[in-house]
Amino acid sequence: MKITVHDIEFSYNGSPALQNVNTAIEKGDFVALVGPNGSGKSTLIKCLNGILKYRKGAVLIDDRPMDAFTPNELAKEMAYVPQSENKKSALHVFDVILLGRKPYIYWKPSEHDLRVTANIMKTLHLEDLAMRDVNTLSGGQQQTVYIARALAQEPDILLLDEPTANLDIKHQVEVLELLKKLANNGITVIIALHDINMAMRYATRIMMLKKGSIFASGGRETITKENIEELYDIKVHIIRDNGNIFIVPDRS
Amino acid sequence: MPERIIAQYRNSLKRRSYFIITVSAVLLITIYIALVSGSADIGIKDLIDLLLGKGTPLTSQIVLQIRMPRITGAILGGTALAISGAVIQSLLRNPLASPFTLGISGASAFGAAFAIIVLGAGSSYAGSNDIPLVTQPYLVTGSAFVWSLGSVAVILLLSRYRGATPEIIILSGIIISSLFAAGISAMQYFADNVQLASIVFWTFGDLGRASWKDTLILVLILLPVLVYFIYQRWNYKSLNSGDDYARSLGVNVTRVRLSGMVAASLATAVVVSFYGIIAFVGLVVPHIVRRIIGSDEQFLIPAAAVFGGMFLLLADTLARTIISPVILPVGILTSFIGAPLFLFLLIRGMEKSYWT
Repeated sequence: MKITVHDIEFSYNGSPALQNVNTAIEKGDFVALVGPNGSGKSTLIKCLNGILKYRKGAVLIDDRPMDAFTPNELAKEMAYVPQSENKKSALHVFDVILLGRKPYIYWKPSEHDLRVTANIMKTLHLEDLAMRDVNTLSGGQQQTVYIARALAQEPDILLLDEPTANLDIKHQVEVLELLKKLANNGITVIIALHDINMAMRYATRIMMLKKGSIFASGGRETITKENIEELYDIKVHIIRDNGNIFIVPDRS
Repeated sequence: MPERIIAQYRNSLKRRSYFIITVSAVLLITIYIALVSGSADIGIKDLIDLLLGKGTPLTSQIVLQIRMPRITGAILGGTALAISGAVIQSLLRNPLASPFTLGISGASAFGAAFAIIVLGAGSSYAGSNDIPLVTQPYLVTGSAFVWSLGSVAVILLLSRYRGATPEIIILSGIIISSLFAAGISAMQYFADNVQLASIVFWTFGDLGRASWKDTLILVLILLPVLVYFIYQRWNYKSLNSGDDYARSLGVNVTRVRLSGMVAASLATAVVVSFYGIIAFVGLVVPHIVRRIIGSDEQFLIPAAAVFGGMFLLLADTLARTIISPVILPVGILTSFIGAPLFLFLLIRGMEKSYWT
């Protein structure tokens, strides 16, 4: 699905968090939102998802204004993966993922809902964990469970707020590989990421946010020494290796 | 392969249903024990005679007018407190939340004291036994109910103004409780001895006050609340994973939270107004149930309903018999049982389930 953002604005109690944000995201794009803390990455994700109501402007989903969707309809198109849940209740993995079927469930889950849940668990190799208490899983497994829960919504758009923030490097790669596969299958992935090198490696599009506005946007070529230095206000140098580039902060 | 996972899930549904069935069976046994315990000697034969319409007037009087209302009151009261506690814990995502988190106990005690002292519902003479009498019990109950709804209204107003986040709701509950505690102290300062005793006795949760009339009111309020909670279970499940996530699933977080709080408060306020403050049931019962079958509201709410009724009835039966012929107020006993039980759960770790 295509998302078009027209000049949206948002503020928390009067202090602006997003302004003049304009962009168009195509189906199957893997968009990485990068930028310093407080630059509006999470806010943008929440506005795109209807968690926060933007004050001005419009978001179109396949040319249909977001306001025209009921919250339930929207939940069938888009799914949200929070950074991490710090208070987890005692639920087993199957119940957690089944929750993603909520937009489709009226009174009790149908046979189809159970089947979708089970199939997603199989795809993400969670089948052996089905009856495990989610609290007993490792951080990487938990994050996979939350992505599975989002996929149970059968969304066309996946919005993730720093899903790799608490993961070690191996699990970061696992999660990002999974997201890349999903994007290749036509799901639009929009992800807030702190790690620029990971963003460069996986995303098809980089969107740099600074003080609530889009500072630069485009393919991997957007990541340049100048852009990074201005975005984060820090000196960096670039290491080139086998066609890849890596950003390394300079020592002062 | 998916079949295997679905079969595992179905099994877990079955195990959890068995738990509810088991507790219901224990509840039935407890009802029987409660019917035959007491100073009057009534056995199973008398009960069967009564059922067949052959009972003596005395047994029928004791069973139908004294024991049965008390048993029904205990079950309904325990159920109301337990489901309110379970739902409020989910809505506020806080394991320490209980039906009294919103300050309902303080507000209703204040309401009772207000009726006894200011409205003159408490006698200025002692009754025939040692227990100070409240001359107009329904005035006291009504006042307790109105004041507890008032405390909920204040919290709702506050959360309209500042957002219905768990933190705002819990903090306003604490503030309101201490405000009412100050109000009670102020009134006690001006009360005479008998009024003072009436207030203190009112605050002891006691099912001896149960009568058929108030059970009817209790059922009329409790039943819709229970159905509403079960109807909302998927919304409550979503809220457990955070407000943002629930919104992304299409849940109107503010509306679900506030209406759930109102329903839980209503059920709690009726129980407290009729029977006084019965501590710990609303806090401990949901925790025990969570420990056994997990936090899935689909099972948590009905299981807490049955377990709560069973728990309070068991506690009340103990309270009637433990130092017979003296009948202890059940509120004292629930605290005595509840506190060590809660400590035990704390030591064993809170969020783990064994029967999912």
